[in-house]
Amino acid sequence: MKIHEYQAKSLLSEYGVPVPKSGVARTPAEAKKIAADLGGKVVVKAQIHAGGRGKAGGIKTATSPAEAEKVAASLLGSRLRTHQTGAEGVPVSAVLVEETIESARELYLGIVVDSTRATPLVMASEAGGIEIEEIAAKAPEKIIRSYTESRTLEFRAFQARELAFGLNLSPEQIRPATQIVSGLYRLFVEKDCSLAEINPLTVSTDSRLLALDAKLNFDDNALYRHPDIAGLHDPEQENPLEVKAESEDIANYVKMEGDIGIVVNGAGLAMAVMDAIKHVGGKPANFLDIGTVNRSERVVNAFKILTSDPSVKCILVNIFGGMARVDVIATGLVEAYKQMEIKVPVVARLKGTNAAEGEQIIAKSGIKLIRADTFREAIETAVTEASRK
Amino acid sequence: MSILIDENTRLLIQGITGGEGSFYTRGCIDYGTNVVAGVTPGKGGTKWEDKVPVFNTVSRAVKETKANASLIFVPAPFAADAVFEAAEAGLSPIILITEFIPTFDMVKVRSYVKEKNIHLVGPNCPGVISPGKCKAGIMIAEAFSRGNVGVISRSGTLTYEVSAMLTEQGIGQSTCIGIGGDPILGTTMSEALELFGQDPETEAVVLIGEIGGTFEQEAAESIRQGMTKPVVAFIAGSSAPPGRRMGHAGAIVMGAAGKAEEKKKALAAVGVLIAETPPEVPDLLRKVL
Repeated sequence: MKIHEYQAKSLLSEYGVPVPKSGVARTPAEAKKIAADLGGKVVVKAQIHAGGRGKAGGIKTATSPAEAEKVAASLLGSRLRTHQTGAEGVPVSAVLVEETIESARELYLGIVVDSTRATPLVMASEAGGIEIEEIAAKAPEKIIRSYTESRTLEFRAFQARELAFGLNLSPEQIRPATQIVSGLYRLFVEKDCSLAEINPLTVSTDSRLLALDAKLNFDDNALYRHPDIAGLHDPEQENPLEVKAESEDIANYVKMEGDIGIVVNGAGLAMAVMDAIKHVGGKPANFLDIGTVNRSERVVNAFKILTSDPSVKCILVNIFGGMARVDVIATGLVEAYKQMEIKVPVVARLKGTNAAEGEQIIAKSGIKLIRADTFREAIETAVTEASRK
Repeated sequence: MSILIDENTRLLIQGITGGEGSFYTRGCIDYGTNVVAGVTPGKGGTKWEDKVPVFNTVSRAVKETKANASLIFVPAPFAADAVFEAAEAGLSPIILITEFIPTFDMVKVRSYVKEKNIHLVGPNCPGVISPGKCKAGIMIAEAFSRGNVGVISRSGTLTYEVSAMLTEQGIGQSTCIGIGGDPILGTTMSEALELFGQDPETEAVVLIGEIGGTFEQEAAESIRQGMTKPVVAFIAGSSAPPGRRMGHAGAIVMGAAGKAEEKKKALAAVGVLIAETPPEVPDLLRKVL
């Protein structure tokens, strides 16, 4: 789960990481007042979950409260498109109004779980202010890495110190830097983060260390033990069809740009179906995994999502039933045809547990499905159907 | 031979009396797996469906039934504890089916079992099957047949799909291991490859990978270091958009290494044959068998 920058900074502050003075505004008038309180000269930052805000015009400076109001008015209520959002962009419902900080140096500090070593990895770099992938590509020698002891998840004081000393800081900056590393790590572990990043970690011209921008992502599987974090969820930042899919109880749905809607059981198989569609020149309209749960409503709900997507020209159902038995899937298909008008062709391949019973249910119902027997045939038929005028 | 489980496996099932536990225990027994015990705290002394004795603790179950492997269906918040209990009792392999386990729980669990030299498979996986000998998992038995190809997969249904394609074409399997779709795995792809490398019955290996992480690159490295058996790979997710989690917790492209194309390149560089779609897997295997 992702959260907004202002929420991340408030958490960082709780863990002893210094952040610039700021306030959150949901109206231009609020922005004006916060700017006045901060002395007039501020940065106004659109609060969205996607990266690339700066380049997309989502971060602007203002030299007076009146200008802060004007800038906030232009951002609030707009949709911001960045390289991470897709063409439709995401809505800006809040801006962070923050004191301006003169940076002398921009550092990087980040924590992830490394799957190879199977333990948290803390990374620091002098080359901050750009994305870590870019640092890794351009100046890999400038990334300092330190792994946590995995039995206890303990990150020791000397490790934090080592990182701090590796950043070419002045002697009086070592202690605050060590505290920032330790604080970020404590937050990472105590709140079950999947990513905790301060970028840039600024060294100001008056020699202070501050988290100028921050990103915290959380492990969805651990949200049950952090109701405070779960409460920070902002569904506005997600694609409306995906939010609908979540409330309609579909295991996993991701909207894509193509025209072949897919309904598959299992995430790996769903990806393989998408790949195979692309391989023969088609375009998937979505990733949709109904999961391995044995419930016919999942199929009905999947059809509700796909039929409300105007770009879908054909639906491909590819099921390899294990726990999700084919008779149950077939019942769901029949029910979907009863409940809604399905105007696009539906190609169905149904294999696995209780396939014969499934066939009977479909035959009896008289619904018109285009049948396919093999994986290859299912893909090719769907691509042909979608390309028909 | 085969890897991890065979006709000598005496399986214990943790969470045997739950809905999923019961359903899949039936499937394992129907396949011929020797299920010797179940564990559900508080239900010790009873019998599951009049067949399998249920115990309160794993240690007691092991003492009384000589169980030597565990299959876990315990809900996510309690799953890590269940693995610790099985590991403490010396069971190996421990096969963890449970999905949605917090990552940090798995970090601690993996480090513990590694230290004890115990094989843990999963989490978020379909389990392990050595066709004709033993099934410890939730897979559809009909998709599999006995033979000499090892299958390693991060995805459940894709394992069934590919194995069924092999079975239809008369290519049987020594063992199929679903390593799971999470970022932290008990057995990684390269660790599973090493097991197949040492198994005399296995003549070739199919790798079914997907986007996210660097498990496939590690597998490529271990192949380079001394895997002499031919390997065929399919990597799912070439068409997945970056930065989006595709169902599995581990299936998200973060940076270049997680991309399907990078993984294919790394594997092809060490002589692995790459299938662009699942139906190409049996075609490629035929060339090397």
